[in-house]
Parts: sequence; structure tokens; C-alpha cells
Amino acid sequence: MKISSHLPVALLGAIVVLFQVLMSATGTDYLLIQLTMSAYYALVVLGLCLLMGYAGQISMGHAAFFALGGYTAAVLSTNNLTQLFSAGVLEWLVQKGLIILSTDAYGAAAYRAPAWLSLGTAVLITVAVSFAIGIPVLRLKGHYLAMATLGFGTILYRIFLGTRIFGEADGISAVRPCEILPGLFVGGDPSQRVFNYYFAWILLIGALVLLLNLVRSRVGRALRAIHGSEEAAGAMGIDTARYKLNIFVISAVFAALGGYFMTHFNGGIGPSEAGIMKSVRYVAIVAVGGMANLWGCLLMGVVLNFLSLRGYFGSYDDAVFGALLIIIMALAPEGIFRKESISRIKELTRRLSWPFWK
Amino acid sequence: MRNWKFFSILLSVLFAAMSFGCKKGGDGDTIKIGALFSVTGPASFLGAPEKKTVEAFVEELNAKGGVAGKKIEAIVKDTAGSPEKAVSFAKQLIEENKVFAIIGPSTSGESLQIKSICDDSKTILISCAAAELIVDPVAKYVFNTPQKDRHAVMRIFGVMKNLGINKIGVISANTGFGKAGKDQVIKLAPGAGIQILISEVYDKDATDLTGVLTKVRDKKVQAIVNWSIEPIQSIVVKNMKQIGLDVPLFQSHGFGNVKYAAAAGKAGTGIIFPAGRLLIAESLPDGHPQKPLLVAYKNSYESRYKEDVSTFGGHAYDAILILTKAIEKVGAADSEKVRDAIENTTGLVGTAGIYNMSPKNHNGLDENSFEILTVKDGKFAQYTGGK
Amino acid sequence: MSPDNIVQYLISGITAGSIYAIVAIGFNIIYNTTGIINFAQGEFLMLGGMISITLAQFMPLPAAILAAVIITAGVGFLIELVFIRWIDSPSVLRMIIITIGLSIVIREAALHIWDEKVRALPYFTGNEITSIEILGARFSPQVLWVLGTCAIIVIILNIFYYYTLTGKSMRACAANRTAASLCGINIKNMVSLSFTLSAAIGALAGCVISPITQTQYDCGATLAIKGFTAAIFGGLGSSTGAIVAGLLIGVIEAASISIIPLAYKDAITLTLLLGILFFRPGGIFGSREAAALKEY
Repeated sequence: MKISSHLPVALLGAIVVLFQVLMSATGTDYLLIQLTMSAYYALVVLGLCLLMGYAGQISMGHAAFFALGGYTAAVLSTNNLTQLFSAGVLEWLVQKGLIILSTDAYGAAAYRAPAWLSLGTAVLITVAVSFAIGIPVLRLKGHYLAMATLGFGTILYRIFLGTRIFGEADGISAVRPCEILPGLFVGGDPSQRVFNYYFAWILLIGALVLLLNLVRSRVGRALRAIHGSEEAAGAMGIDTARYKLNIFVISAVFAALGGYFMTHFNGGIGPSEAGIMKSVRYVAIVAVGGMANLWGCLLMGVVLNFLSLRGYFGSYDDAVFGALLIIIMALAPEGIFRKESISRIKELTRRLSWPFWK
Repeated sequence: MRNWKFFSILLSVLFAAMSFGCKKGGDGDTIKIGALFSVTGPASFLGAPEKKTVEAFVEELNAKGGVAGKKIEAIVKDTAGSPEKAVSFAKQLIEENKVFAIIGPSTSGESLQIKSICDDSKTILISCAAAELIVDPVAKYVFNTPQKDRHAVMRIFGVMKNLGINKIGVISANTGFGKAGKDQVIKLAPGAGIQILISEVYDKDATDLTGVLTKVRDKKVQAIVNWSIEPIQSIVVKNMKQIGLDVPLFQSHGFGNVKYAAAAGKAGTGIIFPAGRLLIAESLPDGHPQKPLLVAYKNSYESRYKEDVSTFGGHAYDAILILTKAIEKVGAADSEKVRDAIENTTGLVGTAGIYNMSPKNHNGLDENSFEILTVKDGKFAQYTGGK
Repeated sequence: MSPDNIVQYLISGITAGSIYAIVAIGFNIIYNTTGIINFAQGEFLMLGGMISITLAQFMPLPAAILAAVIITAGVGFLIELVFIRWIDSPSVLRMIIITIGLSIVIREAALHIWDEKVRALPYFTGNEITSIEILGARFSPQVLWVLGTCAIIVIILNIFYYYTLTGKSMRACAANRTAASLCGINIKNMVSLSFTLSAAIGALAGCVISPITQTQYDCGATLAIKGFTAAIFGGLGSSTGAIVAGLLIGVIEAASISIIPLAYKDAITLTLLLGILFFRPGGIFGSREAAALKEY
């Protein structure tokens, strides 16, 4: 790898550190809360960017994977997990150290699985589900693929909304923090805020580096060939089905990781995380950031979520995302970080403002 | 990668904007109160009247000189019914806006998610959602204002007993409100000698429920209890009549919006449901302690917003009323003292009933806060049968 | 389950299914001309319902519905003119995203123009408690209005597509844009026409179903997903297929309700749909070969 490709990542890392130092120094470190949450959402966006931009496959059900990770974390870190096992099995698991028994703030018994176990379970479930759904779904194209992924997302949403262990409409709250290192937790406690911020951003930057390398490698070239023309790629000897499936699974795992840590950070999750509007929102952010532009997606993923989570859009939150979708797709389908797009937008503003100038 | 320059510039601009955009603290003349309502999104029928109520309340209060010599400033945030936004906004209100207390959220899911956040940061939270989990187990700083589902269920069972009904079917919506109510119905039924033959959950966005009502009809139930808070309640009623299911229908206090009765039209006649007295404010006897307050709220809301008052807005009214009364009693915006004052609220007349709180009871309403109502000619009236 | 309940389940399936069917027809009109799915179709229904309800306070019901259909058709035309017309050779992905964006914006606009409250048109025949009895099962006469409107729309559409020059031109656009253009068909005008037409039909559907489903600013998306499911189920592009599929989905749902908890109803329907997509991507009535040849 050339030095020029390391530089931007290093710079991003420097900016992340700079933000934290500045915010802590000026007493505005509450901004780190939303920056941390945005980083987890941006992780979903990065995965989706790989799937949509490089493999050329739309997914209108990615929020379901986010929720899958989140709900696994939530079930395994609250008393809901007692519903999974009979009392005897539960006791056995506690003895084996696979489930930790403690007491909660109100003095009641509190069960949770250790972090490594719940994280492993979340990833395994996501891989299994995305594999099972990816094999048939990725054979479809165009509207049928959109419909199939939308349908899949809705099915999972209905399951989360209708099942007792997932808390039905209330979702799951009081999710306990997840211990990463002794004394360091992913959770909402103010004293852990700076750690959480760095943890989220290291995860995000790690994912970015991984994907940047991936798209420059043989895999990336194969993906671009598939995007260009699947038939031609197939004729060249690329196993298109396998590549598409692998990318689908990777992007699903990214989403699940985002959901897993976000749930611990927020201390809860609700069914709205699996909803169609959430999936549409991820697609919108990828569209704005640029279909095959990991940096653009990362930036927009962080910025748009940050603004939304801070409530800058007020009651127009959904409307802003809808309008962005239309404007970007109409004017700059490759994302806004392209020369052609910027000049097209400039041209349009010039044309629109012309009568006023005169 | 050409973009990274652009990227870093944008990020820096963003940060600069953030640092300059933030105002610190509140000045000495105002008390900041945060409000989290689901003004848009799937629970907007709750959040919208709540927001309007709070805004009107604050304006009127400030016109009268505020409370304890200070003006109230309400910071209303729209959560669109999603818990993650509620969490983000709650933290923002507490740490950044340094609000004195938070009112809302509208739904129980959101309230449960921010319960521990508020409790840990010692910020008073007065929720407008009904689920009992919000105040049970009791968190020191968390209260709620709507009547308890348990009391509603007990009142309904009381009427059933008088009517000689003991075999019922339960249908509920797939929302926090529906779930909480359904759980209480199932929990309390054995004690009241009532047998639940079937319990079904429907989608709040469903367009037709004749299918599930057929299933209920098949079980030969003597009455149906429907627990939801959405407009779909009117569809339930219409579908029942359309398939000729002629058993009494008991609705929950979520039916507290005269629009729902109007939407049910002729089919609505005869629905029995418990509700706060706001809906029949004018027809209350003159000596009733709640009457002056209810009529005043109803008139002020209806003249200001040109729409019918609903009990949902009333929950927000009660929340801010309890809070401001407590501040007035303490005479200063002192978090601990005001919390204690709220906990010791006794005999406070609100829209939902008369509040008598205690360290073990952070809701303060009892069974008598409900009146059993029925629908006559598209309007609410007191239920007089079965006594 | 007693026999009269079987009929009742069937009829409630048809009630729900007639709504899916009438929504699905609208999808097919734009698809037939442009090969794109308009995800904002549900919002046309919502607009039709909302506008007619507002106007019904000032004028008789038929006039209000007619006005709502015309206004919504105008909105459809404008949308095409502003957002779609000038985009050359749009990709499917791009059109999916634009129409999703439109649906969100229209919905949010409706929230701010009207409000969050639920409304409904009065029943066309009788009132809320009127019901018709067949074989011991009962249903609202409004269901007949929905079914009748479906049938009339499909008959008129078929006549239009197969016996008029404009209709044939529209079908030609769908089959092959380039060839149609070479034959002297103004493709852009055909696309405008199809948006106008489908908005009009959507609005009419929104009015007819309003007494049953009630109308709220966010009811479009739910209806659209159901309609989209029906459209794909019946094979994209076929109006008759859409109606049969819509009714079939309704009946399957009703049947599933009788056995499993209602909460998973949508999950069952969609699982079935995914199954159909995997094994017969052309839909149950579409030809497999034709589906394979189509460019997506």
C-alpha cells in the first residue's frame, strides 16, 4: 500500500482525537454522545455502501440486521434471557460461568451473558440469517430484489414487534453495559463517555480501513466488474453469486455490530430500529454520500445522523431525508462528492437564481 | 482519494458550527423544562395534542407572571416515537440544556428507555405514558400522570360482573399501550372470576379486522375487550357490527378522543369504556371538584386550536401542572426539594383525577379517577346500565 | 371452525384483498409504460382520500371525489414533470430511490397541510352498521363498491391498452423504449400520461376505500407495501393478475388468522411472497420467460 492511502485515515484519526480534546476542554463533551451514536449508524452505512455501490445490490432491509445485533445484545444482557432457558438449565449455565448473576438497582436478581458470548452469538446469528436469506434473495434483480429485501426486513420487524422475549412494542430497556476490558464498558454512564467515543470510532475507522483495502484488492475489481455487467463478469470466470453473497454477509455483520454496541451504549432498543423508515434512511445516506464512495458515505453517515440525533430537523426529520433522496438522486446520482455533481448543482443554482440577479 | 481534503474541511466547519451554536445553561430568570413528545410519527395522535397543551399552558402561566417569580421555558423535542431519539434527546436536555425536569415521552417504550437515564442523573421525569413498569419498580425521580391500566381493567371487570359476563375475548394493538393493557387484563382476570377465551394482537395500521373478529366470534364470547389507543378502534367497532357480532364491546381509556366515536358513527353506540372525566366535563354535577379545571382546560384548548380536546393532551397538562405546583410550593427551582414536593402531592386536582402521591406510589391516581362512559349519537355520555 | 365461519373468513379475506387489489392496479400503470415501480403510489391514495374528505364538507360526495381525482392527477402530472421527465435513461435503483423520496416528502407535506388526525369519507351506501348477508356471513356494502370499482377500472384499462392508439403506444414504451421512440411515439409524453393516470386511479381508490380503512397522513406506505406485494404476486404489469393476487393474499391472510396469532400475519404473507419470488420471479400469473427477458 502506498503512503498516500494511509494519510487520509491517519488524518481522520487525528480529527477524531482533536474533537475529543477540544470538546473536553470546552466542557461540551456531551456532543460526544451523539458522535458515538452516529459512528455506530455510520458503520451500517459503510456496509451498505459496499453492498450498493460496489456489488450493485440494493438492500431495503438493512435496519433488520442492525436490530438483529441490537436485540441479541439486549436479550442476552437483560433478564429476558431467562425466558430462553428452563430454571435448571439457567442454574447450570450460571455455574459454568456462561451466564453472570448479579443484582440490579432495585435489588432484584439480574442475569446477563458475558460480553464475548453475547457478541459471538450476535455475529453468528447475523451470519447465519444473512447467509440463509442472501442465497435466494441475491438471485433477484431490480424491483424484485428491492421487494424481497423490503419483505425480509418487514418480516423481522414483525417478529421483533410481536414476540414477548423481544419486549413487543416496548422494546427492551435497562440493557446492562458490555465490559470490553476490565473497568471499561460500552454503556451510557457519563464516566465512560470518552472511552465509548474512542471505541466507536476505532471500530468505524477499522471497518473503513478494512473496506478500503477490500475494494482495492482482487475482490474489489471483481465487484466492480459485477456492478458493470453481471453477465460479462460471469463470462470472465468470476463467481458472481459467491462474491455477492459474501459482500451481503459482510455488510449484514457490520450492521449487526453497529446495533450490538449501540444497544449497549443506549441501554435499550425498540422495534423502530428495525422499521422500514430506518432502512430507507440508510439507503438515503448511501445515496447522498455516493454509491461507490466509502469516504463520502462515512462522512454523510456521521454528519446526517449527528444532526438528526441532535434534533436539528425538528418535526421535519423524515422530510429532510426524503427531500435529500430526491434532490441527490435527481441531480447527482453518484453522490455529492463528485466533480460533475458539484458543477451540476452550481449550474442549477446559477440558472435558478438568474432572475433575481438581474 | 481526492475527497479527504473536502472531508476534513467539512468536519472542521461542522465542529466550529457546533461550538458556536451551543448556548450555555439558562439565565437566572427562567426555569427550563424539557418536553419529549412524539409530535410526528406513528404516535403523533398522542404527541401532537400534548405539545399543544404544554405550549398553551406555559404561555398562560408566563402571562400570569410565571411560577415562583420565574418564567418557564419549555424546550419541546419531537421524538417521532423512536426510543433511540428519546435517549439522545433526553441526554441532550439533561446535560446540554441543563433542564430542570423533563415531561413526556408520549409512549411507554420511550419512557422505559429513559427511565434510568433520568434517575441516574437526578432529573425529574414526569411521563405521559401509562405503562405500570414506568413507576413500578419506583425510581426516585420518575413519575407518570395517566390513570393506571390496572384500575381501568378493574372498572371494566366491575361492569362485567354486574352484567353477568364471565367469558371474554381480548384484542389489543401491537403498541406499548395495547401490550400494557393486555397484560393487565390477563393478570387480573382470574381474580375477578373472568375467563379469557382468546387473546389476539392486531397491527395498529391494519385496514380491516373482520378476520380476527370472526375468530373471536367463533369462541362464543360474551363480551370483547379491545385495548388500543389508535384510530383503529373505530374500525374494530364497525367491523363488529358488520359481521353481526352483537356482544358488548369494552374499550380502554385509549378511546378518549371524540373523533374516534365520530369515526365509528352509528356503530359506536353502546361502547362501554372507562375514561377520565375530561370527556364529559360539561355534564358533571356542579359541585364536582374536577369540574372547574376540566371546563377551563377544555375551553382554552378548543378555542385556541379549533379541535376537540382529548385525554392524551390532558396527561401532559397534568404533568406540567404537578411540576409547576411543586415548584410553587417549594418557591425555588431546587431539584431535590421539588422532587420531594411532587412525591408529597396530595389532593391535587388534575384532568385525569385527583393525585395523591407517596414514596411508594409515583402515579397517585386511584380507581375513582375513571368514570364509565358510553357512546350515544357520536358523543360521550355517562354509562348508567348494569348497576 | 363451523361452515358459516369458513364463509365469513373468506369474505373478510375478500374485504381486505379488495383493498390490496385496488392499490396494486395503480402500480401497474406506471410500470407498464416505464418499467419502474412508483413507491409513492400509496401517497396518491392518501391524497385522494384526504382531498375528497376535505372537499366533501363543501360539496356533494360524487363531486368531491371527482375533484379529488382531478387534483391528485394534477399532482401526479406535476411530479413527473418536475422530478422524472428530464432524467435520461434512469436506472431502476435511481428511480426506486427517487420515488421513495417522493413518498416521504408527500407524506410529511400532508402532515403539515392537514394534521395527524384520522378522517374517513361516509359510506357510499348505508352507514357503519349496514351489512349484507350471504350464506350466513355478513359484510359491509362498501366492499362491493371497492370490488366494482376494481372491475370497472380493469375493464376500462384493458380497452384503453388494447383498442386505442394511445394505449397501444404506452404498451410499446414498456416493451422497448428505443423501438417505440423510432416508431414516432413521444415517450416522455407517454410517461407523463401514465403518472397522471395512475395518480387519478390511486386517488379514486383512496376515496373508495376510505370508509373502510379510514384515511390518515401516513396510511400510504402501509397500503403501498400491500399493493406492491399484490402487484408482484400477480406478475408486474398485469391488472387482472393484480386483482386476483390481491384477493388471494387477502384470503390467505384471513385463513392464516384462523390458525396462527394475528401478530404474525404480515410475516406469513411476506414469507409466502419471498417464496414466490425465489421460485417464480414473474409472479404466479406472469410468464417466466417474459420476466427473464425483461431488463431491470
